[in-house]
Amino acid sequence: MSVFNQPRRRVIQLIILGMMSIIIVRLFFLQVVEKKYAKLADANAVLRKVVYPSRGIIYDRKGRAILSNDVLYDLVVTPRSVKNIDTAYMCTILKIDKEEFKKKIADCIKKNGPVRQTVFMSLLPAEVYGQLQESMYLFQPGFELIPRQIRSYPYGAGANILGYIAEISPTMLKDSNYASYNSGDYLGFTGLEKTYESVLMGQRGIQYLVKDNLNRPQGPYENGEFDSAAVAGKNLRLSLDIELQALGEKLMHGKIGSIVAIDPSDGGILAMVSGPSFDPNLLTGSYRSANFNRLYQDTTLPLFNRAIQAQYPPGSTFKPMIALVGLDEGVITPSTGYPCGGAYYGCGRPIKCEHHDAGHAANLRLALSHSCNSYFSHTYRLSVDAAKWGGIRVGGMQKWADYMNNFGFGHKIGVDIPSERPGRIPDKKYYDAKYKGSWNSCTNVFLGIGQGEVETTPLQMANAMCIVSNRGSFFIPHFVKSIDNDNTHLLDKYKERHVVAHISDTAYSAVIHGMTDVIESGTGRGAQIEGITMGGKTGTAENYAIVDGKRTKMPNHAQFVAFAPAENPKIAICVIVERSGFGAKYAAPIASLMIEKYLKDSISSNPRRQAILKTVLETVTIPEAMRAKSKLDSLNSTVIKKRP
Amino acid sequence: MNRPQTKLTQGIDWPIVGLYLALVIIGLMSIFAAEYRGDDNIWQNIIHLNKNYSRQLMWFGISIVVASVIWLTDSKFFTATANLVYAFGILLLLLVLGIGKDVKGSHSWLVLGGFQFQPAELTKLCTNLALAKYLSSQETDFNKLRSRLIAAAIALVPAGIIILQSETGLALVYFSFFLVMYREGLPGVLLVIAFSGIVLVLSALLVDKMILFIIFSVITALVIYFSRREIKRKRSRLLVILGIYGFCSLFVMFIVPFAFTKVLKDYQVRRIEVMLGKENDPKATYNTRQSMIAIGSGGFWGKGYLKGTQTRFDFVPEQSTDFIFCTIGEDFGFVGSVLFIAIYVALLFRIIHVAERQRSTFTRVYAYGVASIIFFHLAINISMTIGLAPVIGIPLPLVSYGGSSLLAFTMLIFIMLRLDADRQMVLR
Repeated sequence: MSVFNQPRRRVIQLIILGMMSIIIVRLFFLQVVEKKYAKLADANAVLRKVVYPSRGIIYDRKGRAILSNDVLYDLVVTPRSVKNIDTAYMCTILKIDKEEFKKKIADCIKKNGPVRQTVFMSLLPAEVYGQLQESMYLFQPGFELIPRQIRSYPYGAGANILGYIAEISPTMLKDSNYASYNSGDYLGFTGLEKTYESVLMGQRGIQYLVKDNLNRPQGPYENGEFDSAAVAGKNLRLSLDIELQALGEKLMHGKIGSIVAIDPSDGGILAMVSGPSFDPNLLTGSYRSANFNRLYQDTTLPLFNRAIQAQYPPGSTFKPMIALVGLDEGVITPSTGYPCGGAYYGCGRPIKCEHHDAGHAANLRLALSHSCNSYFSHTYRLSVDAAKWGGIRVGGMQKWADYMNNFGFGHKIGVDIPSERPGRIPDKKYYDAKYKGSWNSCTNVFLGIGQGEVETTPLQMANAMCIVSNRGSFFIPHFVKSIDNDNTHLLDKYKERHVVAHISDTAYSAVIHGMTDVIESGTGRGAQIEGITMGGKTGTAENYAIVDGKRTKMPNHAQFVAFAPAENPKIAICVIVERSGFGAKYAAPIASLMIEKYLKDSISSNPRRQAILKTVLETVTIPEAMRAKSKLDSLNSTVIKKRP
Repeated sequence: MNRPQTKLTQGIDWPIVGLYLALVIIGLMSIFAAEYRGDDNIWQNIIHLNKNYSRQLMWFGISIVVASVIWLTDSKFFTATANLVYAFGILLLLLVLGIGKDVKGSHSWLVLGGFQFQPAELTKLCTNLALAKYLSSQETDFNKLRSRLIAAAIALVPAGIIILQSETGLALVYFSFFLVMYREGLPGVLLVIAFSGIVLVLSALLVDKMILFIIFSVITALVIYFSRREIKRKRSRLLVILGIYGFCSLFVMFIVPFAFTKVLKDYQVRRIEVMLGKENDPKATYNTRQSMIAIGSGGFWGKGYLKGTQTRFDFVPEQSTDFIFCTIGEDFGFVGSVLFIAIYVALLFRIIHVAERQRSTFTRVYAYGVASIIFFHLAINISMTIGLAPVIGIPLPLVSYGGSSLLAFTMLIFIMLRLDADRQMVLR
């Protein structure tokens, strides 16, 4: 028996060994030969977590933080851990009802499953956060409060300059320019936030975490050996004066238009107001999307930055440039006069002038200070018809357009916020196309008084004042003076002085004298400030709109450009108040108040100045019809829905 | 009869005890590794029994107590009560059918107080005792067909009841008793034919044809090598072997697919496939996939104890029970896995050695039964973690988490040790 069975024992042992050999061969293949499993395991178990740095802070010229970071809290929930909590109490705090609570939990489960944290309510308003934090222990561990950085604008001013950040859109994610962003990232969408995104964003850190089968982080991977730390964004220092900016926004309250103030000595923008303005804090935090929709749909277009995007015919504010071209072309001299009797008849149909007394245009200074239409229509025609260019249709028109382009018109100047518009300077090609070759200097004589096809932006006009006050040079207007620890070349182009067309100093002197006269004795007397010599020019651009299919004359756009002090300019400014009549009426006082504030640091307590201030603040020029449809009054000013 | 009163541990087979302890300790460590998180308070977990490893530790304590009781019991008790125990086991299985509790889709659990217990684990022991008793009895002539049928029935009746409890995996274990019967004289051909028939059909359905073909070729080569002397004597042997090889290949590659696509009806095919866990059960493939990733990522040397990312973070389901081998594969790599398997092989060979030194048929059959059961569990369990076998839930003996299983294997082994210690006493 035993002998007979001996081989059977061997067979059984062989079966065991055979089976184990198959297993070991398979193990050898899995563990030693095949390498993909290690990779699969890492993909399974390592979570790449982006650590967001805090965004750079923006300071004004006096070192005041005007765009910084604030912390708000998100309420997050892990649905499975929600047990035995007082739902009714939580609903009371969150101001929702039980149905909504259930629905939100269900949504969270749908989105991320029951074991992972999902945002239950984002960016809690302060009062909700306060209450919730006190009783948080009642709702843990299912609920947690997670801090989240948001942008905050301590002065509530400069919305259109500073811009806002928002979550990256799916279309942008497909764009290779945004390759370094992930879905859910925030980035600058407008204003300085967009232009300087690369420096403000800082450097994102990467943390590798090991995760479990449900993607829950379980701790650092390899003790953080491969992690990289986040580097905070760089701070920007602006030439903007936030108090001046805030005053400008106050002055433009109830008005449509804009103010641009530039320091001519370096091109730094001191203030840029687009009226009506809004509190930029509306676009951060809890009420962001609701506020955005209201702003976006408002009839007064508050999101439209009129200072760089609105294009107006410059009207009489264009006359200093007409004079400069005339002087440089040699078609007039400072002493050239024109016998204006109340209108210009050189082109058949008379062009009206506001003055008709003899000698109001006896020389350039007088003509400028009285803003004589005839004088500048005449000068314009002399310039473009000049014999040395072979007449307007050969070289004259183009030469004139080149001058204007040199003055910064008809193209984007290159300010450091996006969406700038170019304005328009019509040239030879334009008229050839429009009039098929049969046109002359009478066709576009209105250009001489800043009307017709010419359009400029407030920024371009302010820049033109820099050129005049600097006697022929300028820096590209810009906001950012310096970047902390800068190693970029973003600011290089703003450090370079640009010289315009080499017009003689005497030509500038003549124009500057004329412009100081505008303030002393001319149309701009309303802008006078005690103790400051100022050069300025009023303008009234005709405004036509299509009403019921017909071209209808609307109230004029009031304009005013100025620079001060005239001998050593520190501020150049352009003010436009849409549909408010003559430039002298509101635009000049606004410019005057801005200049006084900037040069003297405050508005004088002199009753006359205070009266002007009061009048301007109280004036509302937004047309009744537009205001009726606008929601901005309830949004802006005093009844603002503040960020918590 | 006259047991020497010298030493309490007289006659105990220390190698088996050592291998037993090694496996249980490896098991505890692996269960710990599968559950451990960096910030756990281990002692508190052990005291509160709120982790699998702490409960397994408790079961180990119970097992030692039970093993001691067995060791102190007279070995005649087991032979005398074998049939009674078997009857009790069957009764228990039937009881479960009636009042059992559903756990994870199988109706095979009894709840006693706070503990769940799976009688199917225990009936392996009962069946083994009964089979040993029957085969060792004087009246049994295992050369007769009747005896063979009775022996088969003893093994397969519990299996049948367990299938009714939807624990197909555990039921399959009872087929391992055919290995014992083979040792006791069942013609090898029968065993080979039956076994290969099942394996062929299953593997044809579950494993890629080319892989199967390679496996067949390897087996054939091995068989030819080991029977080279017989082949020298009789050339026709080679033809037979090659014939079988050709038939198997044909069977797997053509006949089975043909039967499944042409002969059987669609719904029949689907039923078979669902039963095998092949069709539309992404969870089953997920398990195998994660398990293979875990083991594969271990590499040659492994990631080190408690360093595995896959097993520690719940990627592999049933981590502590059926897929405990993943922890070893990931943390200790190929080297560790081979050593681990070597411990089992050593245990199995030692048990066979112990079996062969018996004068008593009862003890020999019983010991072979223990070896067969352990071997079957081991082979199927590891095969399923590395994608060689379908996922059927049977534990790795002594290592997987599970009180019933640990206790059942402890009893199996220690009854054998008791019987072995008394091998000199009488011829039973």
